[in-house]
Amino acid sequence: MNRLALELPGLSLKNPVMPASGCFGFGREFSQLFDLSTLGSIMIKATTEAPRYGNATPRVAETPGGMLNAIGLQNPGLERVIANELEWLKQFDVPIIANVAGSQTEDYVQVAKEISKVENVHALELNISCPNVKTGGIAFGTVPETAKELTKHVKEVSEVPVYVKLSPNVTNIVEMAKAVEDGGADGITMINTLIGMRIDLKTGRPVLSNRTGGLSGPAVKPVAVRMVYEVSQQTNLPIIGMGGISTVEDIIEFSLAGADAFAIGTANFVNPFVCPELIAELDQYLEAHNVDHISELKGRSWK
Amino acid sequence: MIQKELMTVVSQSEIAKNIFEMTLKGALVDQIDQPGKFVHLKASEEMMPLLRRPISIARIEHDKQEFTMIYRAEGAGTTALSRKQAGDQVDVLGPLGHGFPVEAAAPGETALLIGGGIGVPPLYELSRRLNQKGVKTIHVLGFQNKEAAFYTEEFAALGETYVATVDGSLGEQGFVTDVVTKHGLRGDVFYSCGPTVMLKAVEKLHAAPKGFISLEERMGCGIGACFACVCHPAADETGTGYLKICSDGPVFKAGEVAL
Repeated sequence: MNRLALELPGLSLKNPVMPASGCFGFGREFSQLFDLSTLGSIMIKATTEAPRYGNATPRVAETPGGMLNAIGLQNPGLERVIANELEWLKQFDVPIIANVAGSQTEDYVQVAKEISKVENVHALELNISCPNVKTGGIAFGTVPETAKELTKHVKEVSEVPVYVKLSPNVTNIVEMAKAVEDGGADGITMINTLIGMRIDLKTGRPVLSNRTGGLSGPAVKPVAVRMVYEVSQQTNLPIIGMGGISTVEDIIEFSLAGADAFAIGTANFVNPFVCPELIAELDQYLEAHNVDHISELKGRSWK
Repeated sequence: MIQKELMTVVSQSEIAKNIFEMTLKGALVDQIDQPGKFVHLKASEEMMPLLRRPISIARIEHDKQEFTMIYRAEGAGTTALSRKQAGDQVDVLGPLGHGFPVEAAAPGETALLIGGGIGVPPLYELSRRLNQKGVKTIHVLGFQNKEAAFYTEEFAALGETYVATVDGSLGEQGFVTDVVTKHGLRGDVFYSCGPTVMLKAVEKLHAAPKGFISLEERMGCGIGACFACVCHPAADETGTGYLKICSDGPVFKAGEVAL
């Protein structure tokens, strides 16, 4: 019995577990460790039209049960991502979700238009929630009307379904979800990181050169679970849930909250084998609990 | 090949102030084929500290399946690590990165090894390997003070060794670069590891026609996926070029990285 296979807009997933964008690069490093074809999908690192160096170092800082990062959307740019990274990923039997970022609407539209034509890109993840860039990113993800308009523009040009990645740094996440649904989004991925800061006691200054960074890891899980719980009751869109998942119990919790599939972020840094391990454990967990399919648990916390 | 293994602590001791020497045993040692590579280890099974810690490898004993690392107990991770005792287990990922090319020095040639503080340890295995193949090694080791100094005798057993301390409490007063200049030390190749400011000064010495430096930076994944530890290449017209210290390095050719 296949308890894990799942159909979502644009995506035929062998299983509902995938690495989250920014925590897996373009997969090359992890391919030394395990077969990438075992993954449900791969959310590749955010791609912008032009190459970006990102922020100065230090770019990461540890926090209780989590970490702050302020990479700043470093990537080799659209052209090289298509020619080198996506081309290289074609050797694996895994659908790619391409994370699309930009500074202004035109950037997003241009990247979405080109990257959605690539054969192994089965869906886009619209990054309107990166907290670490001066323009774009989160600026599109905190005002419902702006998010809706951007989603609309990207939907017009994309050849594959568009998922929108929501920021938790908003007053009302349900309002944001509804706005992107109105804009034509095919799905939601949530949550991106929470804006945080650490201050160095020796220097008296923020640890990160960008001053603030995005908080991720087990510390943010309760926030993510609460938000998935709220959003899943108020929209009809499928949700790829993420935020501090590192165990199979965490996956079950996100499922009960209302997520369809699950992305793994920071945990990849703690244990680079975590994705394949969770895929195997999830199947065992469902079998042990007499669950025929993961989707049976979806939203049980509020149904 | 990169492996993840629960390795067993063979021994641990404090060899200088807050400087610990830990020897670990396990099959992963078979994979360590070069000095200057590092391991990324989880200091605790708990969520605090959450992330792994990159630590350099100071000595490899393939026949015993053991390696030794020397680290400074400073933050939460390394302090937790320093409490481990013989028989305890440590979750180790490695070996990672590109190490020092031993083949850059030919038998009969002289290699100048310049280390500062906690950058000294990886030079020890390098020196052992170089000596094994008949390369003469000269060591210049810099420390804050006498209390913080370690392995000076171990290095002296392998070749001519100079020690510099900032306060002059051990060896000569000053920086490693002062010692190199004062004694007119030269080699066919230099290898260096230490704080970036020291590496920058070492590169400017031009004490050998070619050289290799090992960099340090805060790391996330340790394998090149998270882009936390990038640096600028020296030749970079667009400003968007980058090198990852964890996977392209930590050892680079002198002059390759904009320091």
